[in-house]
Amino acid sequence: MIFGLPVISVAIWLPILFGMLVLATGDDKNAPMARLLALVGSVLGFVVTLPLYAGFNTSTSAMQFVELHDWINRFNIHYYLGVDGISMLFILLNSFFTVIVVIAGWRVIEKRVSQYMAAFLVMSGIVNGVFAALDAVLFYVFWEAMLIPMFIIIGVWGGPNRIYATMKFFLYTLLGSLLMLVALIYLYNITGGSFSILDFHRVSIPMTAQMLIFIAFFFAFAVKVPMFPVHTWLPDAHVEAPTGGSVVLAAIMLKVGAYGFLRFSMPITPDASHKMAGIMIALSLIAIVYIGLVALMQSDMKKLVAYSSISHMGFVTLGLFIFNAYGMEGALMQMLSHGFVAGALFLCIGVLYDRMHSRRIADYGGVVNKMPVFAAFFMLFAMANSGLPGTSAFVGEFMVLMGAIKVNFWYAFGAATTLIFGAAYTLWLYKRVIFGKIANPHVEELTDVNAREILILAMLTIFVLGMGLYPLPVGEILHASVNDLLVHVAQSKLPL
Amino acid sequence: MNLMANLLPAAAEIFLLVMVCFILIFDLLLKQNKIYTYLFVQLTLLGCSLITVGTHQHGVFYAFNGMFVDDLLSDVLKMLSYLGMSMVLVYSRQYLLLRGLFTGEFLVLALFALLGMNVMISASHFLTLYLGLELLSLSLYAMVALQRDSAIATEAAMKYFVLGALASGLLLYGMSMLYGATGSLELGAVSNAIHQGVQNKALLAFGLVFIVSGLAFKLGVVPFHMWVPDVYHGAPTAMTLLIGSVPKLAAFAFVVRILVEGLQSLVSDWSGMLMVLAIASMALGNLSAIAQTNIKRMFAYSTITHMGFMLLGLISGSIEGYGAAMFYTVVYMIMSLGGFGMIMMLSRAGFEADTLDDFKGLNQRSPWLAFMMMLLMLSMAGIPPTVGFYAKFSVLSAVVQAGYTWLAVVAVLFSLIGAFYYLRIIKLMYFDVPESHVPIVVESDTGLLMTLNGLGVLLLGMLPGTLMTICAVSVRQSLLLH
Repeated sequence: MIFGLPVISVAIWLPILFGMLVLATGDDKNAPMARLLALVGSVLGFVVTLPLYAGFNTSTSAMQFVELHDWINRFNIHYYLGVDGISMLFILLNSFFTVIVVIAGWRVIEKRVSQYMAAFLVMSGIVNGVFAALDAVLFYVFWEAMLIPMFIIIGVWGGPNRIYATMKFFLYTLLGSLLMLVALIYLYNITGGSFSILDFHRVSIPMTAQMLIFIAFFFAFAVKVPMFPVHTWLPDAHVEAPTGGSVVLAAIMLKVGAYGFLRFSMPITPDASHKMAGIMIALSLIAIVYIGLVALMQSDMKKLVAYSSISHMGFVTLGLFIFNAYGMEGALMQMLSHGFVAGALFLCIGVLYDRMHSRRIADYGGVVNKMPVFAAFFMLFAMANSGLPGTSAFVGEFMVLMGAIKVNFWYAFGAATTLIFGAAYTLWLYKRVIFGKIANPHVEELTDVNAREILILAMLTIFVLGMGLYPLPVGEILHASVNDLLVHVAQSKLPL
Repeated sequence: MNLMANLLPAAAEIFLLVMVCFILIFDLLLKQNKIYTYLFVQLTLLGCSLITVGTHQHGVFYAFNGMFVDDLLSDVLKMLSYLGMSMVLVYSRQYLLLRGLFTGEFLVLALFALLGMNVMISASHFLTLYLGLELLSLSLYAMVALQRDSAIATEAAMKYFVLGALASGLLLYGMSMLYGATGSLELGAVSNAIHQGVQNKALLAFGLVFIVSGLAFKLGVVPFHMWVPDVYHGAPTAMTLLIGSVPKLAAFAFVVRILVEGLQSLVSDWSGMLMVLAIASMALGNLSAIAQTNIKRMFAYSTITHMGFMLLGLISGSIEGYGAAMFYTVVYMIMSLGGFGMIMMLSRAGFEADTLDDFKGLNQRSPWLAFMMMLLMLSMAGIPPTVGFYAKFSVLSAVVQAGYTWLAVVAVLFSLIGAFYYLRIIKLMYFDVPESHVPIVVESDTGLLMTLNGLGVLLLGMLPGTLMTICAVSVRQSLLLH
């Protein structure tokens, strides 16, 4: 409780409320006011999520901080919120990144500031709702609503080809969501009139129906992750989005897809999940290896990191569908870590882009001479992206590999190639951008990161190193929920 | 006493008729300024709604020897149609004023149309149904033709009239066949007769086909949709607003009265027909809407789609489904009022904002209107947290419940196509640069109404429960008590 108000509701509605306030500041004459309000809103939004961490009980897998109210009686839909170990950390991650993007967009965004800031704040609240919703319709409402601010962010503040990218983003994700909606309604019918996700976990479903539901969920979640072959919207969206948009896409949006697998597909349709696991693993390995190679060939920095994201998310889906504790916990670690690392890399590219207005790798070279502090930060995040021990990425990748090798040596072998490819494309990127001679006269005029940029990069550094060196607290939060999920997944849900 | 008891269920209609006649004369005395007529009309609507609420009683009451029925369904639909008509008038006042169409004739015709709708909503006899339908249709034909010097409006009126007359003919033909088969024109008696078994099955089947075709014509669903785009496009936007919004409530009532109350025993026959109509409408409506450059035509095709979607609710053949269809219709009315209202707000003297390009850069010209339009478009596309989502949701839920999961999948895939052209409007408003920088003049009353309309779509989306329950309960009560 915060001042007598339930924590999760506050975490959802406070940012949205501030978003509305920011929107009300109107046009760009009041931009400083809008920025300040947005900062206050995002920081408060993060602070109110801290009680979730402080008051979290790590010994149970039950839902905590539960709020349950009637909402739409006609369909027995409830305003039903709660978190477990899986969802709680993502709410923190999301609220934290809202602060980061607000600061990152502080000087960079100059047109329609209030709308930009408001869109991010509103989205922050909505995403918290996605992670906390325990009623399927409530989940769906947040899930779809999330698209609207992102659609606007990419479309208004994005790059030259932004309209194509944002339309593609929206329609791609909508396709999956609509199929999921039909599956949710079907589940409502077979549970005898309940939309509670926890009731969905308990109901038994025949195999054919399980397969169809799994496929419907697959479309919804695989598009968001994104898995090969439905990943093609991501590079477009990332490249055209403004820095803040890319950061939120990478750090948060991609996670809701994997979260969906954990919350819906696996516990609701465990038999279908086992049956489809082979395909899911194959798709994950293709993403890891093939997309890793694609990343190697990119000449655009943002595209490179976008492909690297897809490749890393392949690790996550691999970890989920090998059905053991190492794999699943590793996947969750990897999701969190990827949020920090990919977010940080997009911020680094944003720093360069703000100065040079180019994302082409060939336009850079020798940046270290002009921006030594920046080069140091970039170095750390590049290392983290290639999975160096001591950084957060290592923990997740290592655990997924451990899990994979228990199931099948060749899964682990395929996945492990990413340690090579990942290092190759990241370090090669780093070398071409940062080292070498100054080839471009514009690089000559670069100025090093300012205090604002150092602040955000330093905050991310703390998390990347902290999670890498001492992952235990995160693991403790995950344990109970992951074990419970594995029990669920191991039980057949076929009717007897 | 008996007379009074007989008239009480129709009190609102009688009041409306008296007031229309009165306004007709009153208007003659006013020379130039029609604002008093306008206010009088609005007061009449208020009076009607007070009477409808005041005379409401729990249960089903018949008047005029069972030709007219007063139940919860009719009262709810009537209240909504008063509200809708009142909104139509507010939105169109300034638009019509600038075009010299804000005349007594318009207002009187609008009230006559409303009277026709009310009669349709309350009809329990084929003749009353037909009477109401013709009163509505004839008023609308005349309204479309009101702009006499516009060739396109005249053409639209002609098309509307000819095809409308054809549809009426089909309906009458079907009704006469049903009469031949069952020996009655009263819906209850027809229902009983069919339930007990009819000798001439072929006659019944033919009658049903003609009736469904006639209904499809009036609803404007594929393949009887040809008049919709031309009429929507050709008519002055205020008339399009009227045609495209409130009469859908009456059309819903019409369909429910005939198919559900009268021909429920034939549900397995007509639901198959409606399914074909619905799928064809969603397919053709959505695909054609993409190709439009005129926003009124686009909305016309979108109406075809929405009506197809509404029919899905009826196909399920369950009371939940009918309730969902009603909810869908009500929500559609609210959205289309806002959509056409927006076109009129952006229009000015001598300029029609009826192409898609006129919406370019609206966010820079008027952020608030752009935001409202965005909410309306998202709602039409069925994206939460707007109310359009719940409309689609409740219909889909009824469809899945009836066992047609594949049909729900087809419906959502077409909605995906639909989402594209609604998003395109948002794209034009938010991502493009305005072509014109003429300041948008917003009258305070239309501005306020638009705000209420847009935010209403959002608020109903946050708390859709009440409206949903009202629709479900009114359909349930009316059908179960009959």
